Amino acid sequence: MNPVKFQPVIGLEIHVELKTKSKMFCQCSADYFGQKPNTIVCPVCLGLPGALPVPNRRAVEWTILIGQALNCRINQRSKFDRKHYFYPDLPKGYQISQYDEPIASRGWLKLKTQNSKLKTKEIEKKFRIHRVHLEEDTGKLIHKQGDTLIDFNRSGVPLVEIVTEPDFDNAEDVKAFLEELHTIIRYLGVSDANMEEGSMRLEPNISIKVESRKSKVESNDLPKYKVEVKNINSFRFVKQAIEYELERQQELLKKGETPIQETRGFDEKKVQTYSQRSKEQAHDYRYFPEPDIPPMEFSNEEIERIKKMLPVLPSSKYEQLRLQYKLNEPTSHHLTHNISNLKKFEGSVSLIQKDPDLMKIPNINQGTANIIINKTQNQNLSPSQIVDLTRATYLPKETNHSLLSEVINKVILNNPKAVEDYKNGKQNSIMFLIGQVMKQMKGKTDAMVVKKALENELT
Amino acid sequence: MQILGKSIADLQALIGSRKIKVKEVQQYFLKRVRKYNPTLNAFLTVQDQDEMSPINGVLAGIPFAVKDNFCTKGIRTTASSCVLDQFIPPYESTVTMRLLSAGATILGKTNMDAWAHGSSTETSDYGPTKNPWDLTRSPGGSSGGSAAAVSAYLTPAAIGSETAGSIRQPAAWTGVVGLKPSYGRVSRYGVIAMGSSFDCPGPLTLTVKDAAILLGVIAGKDPFDGTSSNIPTADYKTMLKTKKFLTIGIAKEYMEGMEESLKLKIEESLRIFQKLGHRIKTVSLLSPKYAISVYTIIQRAEVSSNLARYDGIRYGNDRTFFAAEAKRRTMLGAYTLSFGYYDAYYKKAQKVRTLIVEDFKRAFKDVDVIVAASTPISALKLGEFAKYPFFGELMDVLNEPAAIAGIPAISVPCGQDKNGLPVGLQIMGNYFDEATILNLAFQFEKETEFFGVIKKGIARYQD
Repeated sequence: MNPVKFQPVIGLEIHVELKTKSKMFCQCSADYFGQKPNTIVCPVCLGLPGALPVPNRRAVEWTILIGQALNCRINQRSKFDRKHYFYPDLPKGYQISQYDEPIASRGWLKLKTQNSKLKTKEIEKKFRIHRVHLEEDTGKLIHKQGDTLIDFNRSGVPLVEIVTEPDFDNAEDVKAFLEELHTIIRYLGVSDANMEEGSMRLEPNISIKVESRKSKVESNDLPKYKVEVKNINSFRFVKQAIEYELERQQELLKKGETPIQETRGFDEKKVQTYSQRSKEQAHDYRYFPEPDIPPMEFSNEEIERIKKMLPVLPSSKYEQLRLQYKLNEPTSHHLTHNISNLKKFEGSVSLIQKDPDLMKIPNINQGTANIIINKTQNQNLSPSQIVDLTRATYLPKETNHSLLSEVINKVILNNPKAVEDYKNGKQNSIMFLIGQVMKQMKGKTDAMVVKKALENELT
Repeated sequence: MQILGKSIADLQALIGSRKIKVKEVQQYFLKRVRKYNPTLNAFLTVQDQDEMSPINGVLAGIPFAVKDNFCTKGIRTTASSCVLDQFIPPYESTVTMRLLSAGATILGKTNMDAWAHGSSTETSDYGPTKNPWDLTRSPGGSSGGSAAAVSAYLTPAAIGSETAGSIRQPAAWTGVVGLKPSYGRVSRYGVIAMGSSFDCPGPLTLTVKDAAILLGVIAGKDPFDGTSSNIPTADYKTMLKTKKFLTIGIAKEYMEGMEESLKLKIEESLRIFQKLGHRIKTVSLLSPKYAISVYTIIQRAEVSSNLARYDGIRYGNDRTFFAAEAKRRTMLGAYTLSFGYYDAYYKKAQKVRTLIVEDFKRAFKDVDVIVAASTPISALKLGEFAKYPFFGELMDVLNEPAAIAGIPAISVPCGQDKNGLPVGLQIMGNYFDEATILNLAFQFEKETEFFGVIKKGIARYQD
């Protein structure tokens, strides 16, 4: 047998529900989550005979904005098309979507990625965006005691579909890409992008290209099949699903079989994908231009006007945290992707800058970030409360020296093993002793003062 | 007070001067519907209103009939298909809403070809409507119920809808006035879609002035219809008063294959236009035969999509309730939209559609209006349509070009053929220039009184 190389080919389809006030084609509220079934509906989103769709201008603008954030070309002419298929949650028998003239296309996203297993050096990779288009969400089926019920509250909610090129070859890059995309969407403020509530949905397409090691020429042909995995509601599960799929498909290919083209689901408990339905080779959706909605034209001025609405994006924010605030890489990465902590940090820093005492402390920004990340999780602290905490932690404290020597003596007496270790040259032991002293001093001293006092006592 | 034959304008004056009570008017028409509808089958649903709320507006107290493909809140709306046999819309179409807001009242819903698929009202699942001029003949379609109801004066006016000819052809065959406005002039919101890129609601009336009055109420931008136009409407009724002198185009391509006695009527009408001081000019237009192909492909494609929502899950009745014509159209439409056929059929048809649009635009640089017969022959016997699957299209051959291009057109009676059946003349106008075709039709009406056709039609149906 010829030695062969298995080359994973992975592309992504991401659906994002926009949090516009009203639905895509009618005036119903788009805020449907948790509402009583079939209470946020009208003739349009129920697809009643005679009802007509009128596009939501804000949703179109936001789709352009997403396209711009993903470095896409915004198409000056765009239109809606009807995509036909029968399913009980689709009241018109077609979904209003976009076929050959999407709002945005041909974009890219650059990422610094790293293989955590191999601990390789961080490198920058570019992943291409195929297209960004706008469509309407469907209703929801609820299966209950053998019956299927339909809730049309979600029907007609604006849904943006982002499709990447098949540029990924490992699950880790996919996860990093999705986290970056998720952050961008949150920065734009156009969606909650909440995966558990379904306002962001992830569908990787996974296949493996088999290449002979001998052949020097890399073939650009994609594999003749692809497997789509649906219903994944976290980045971690996407990674697990891809890793599982790659393993499964590689096993089949090794046996000389070709995996079948199909849609699979993901079982979170078993950490496995499972077959849902095999996909017809060419699903015929009988697309044609939506006659109820005139084609859209965007002038350069309009596209530029929308571009001005772009906020600072994660990549720039990261640079700002590194360069302006001198934060280290992990902290900058954390804050870039955790908007609530980022807001706490930016609020606190603006207060710290007005406080000359705090400004004297070296690396005070890093210190504040550490406090936010390590000590304020799940607490709704205001920036000024955080600054108080920073002050308590980092400003030198008045020490009661007689109490300190009392405590130190007690600690030395009670921890003979650690004292012994230290004396035998185990430098780390002193950290344990410092900790014990700090604990008994109830924080009313400074760690450096304790260290000095302990060292004096033990030598 | 003699009401028989009174136009909307007449009734407005009588009601306004309190010479007649609103309730009297209502009862009068209800009585006539009860008397003649069993014979004509023009109405599917009659609104017997005992309680009358106080009514204000330009159409205060005027009853009207509306084709059964307009959603009317709380009133059964079937599009003449058993699929929607039990459907009671929870909302009002924009057209009926505007009429109701102007004070008019709905007398009932009129029969039509099921889903508007046809030109004879014979594909209705509730039986065909009879032509008031000859009960063995079709009133045309698909707005046959609306046309017959006006012709026999079961209503002073009716609302129809046209995809290609469905207002003008039945108006011609029953001897009344039928106006198809420009596409986008009147909102489609609440009209059960047939061919979405063609559908135009419009009035069927006894006089041109009534058509102008109704158009004035129903026309204009609707925020619920993205294809409705922002172009301002005109005061259509007032604009009838100033006589326009026009260049009238005649296309020889539209005179081919016409029945001889109809041709004579059209030629006579042209002489009248000349006498009125208008200039006649021959123009060359694309043969209407291309329009048939384009229309058939695009309309079937839209039909197959628009009927997809009747999947048996909602509305009570499932897909087995579709009759043959709807199935035939759905299959042809789905086929032309299928992968690998789209370019050959739908896309190509759209390209030719663009050519037809350009053809009309070019013609309207030379002439103000284009005049032709409304139909190549007069009313056919019931049953004749069924012999030919595409017969409807051939009947509408003279209506389809305007429908494809989306220009306005009006059909008015211009005499009777050798069998005494009404003959229709149509005037096609430039985009959103309804005022001009109404103006010319009004001049023609004043000069000829439509050769007594309207009066003769009503005379058969005495109180």
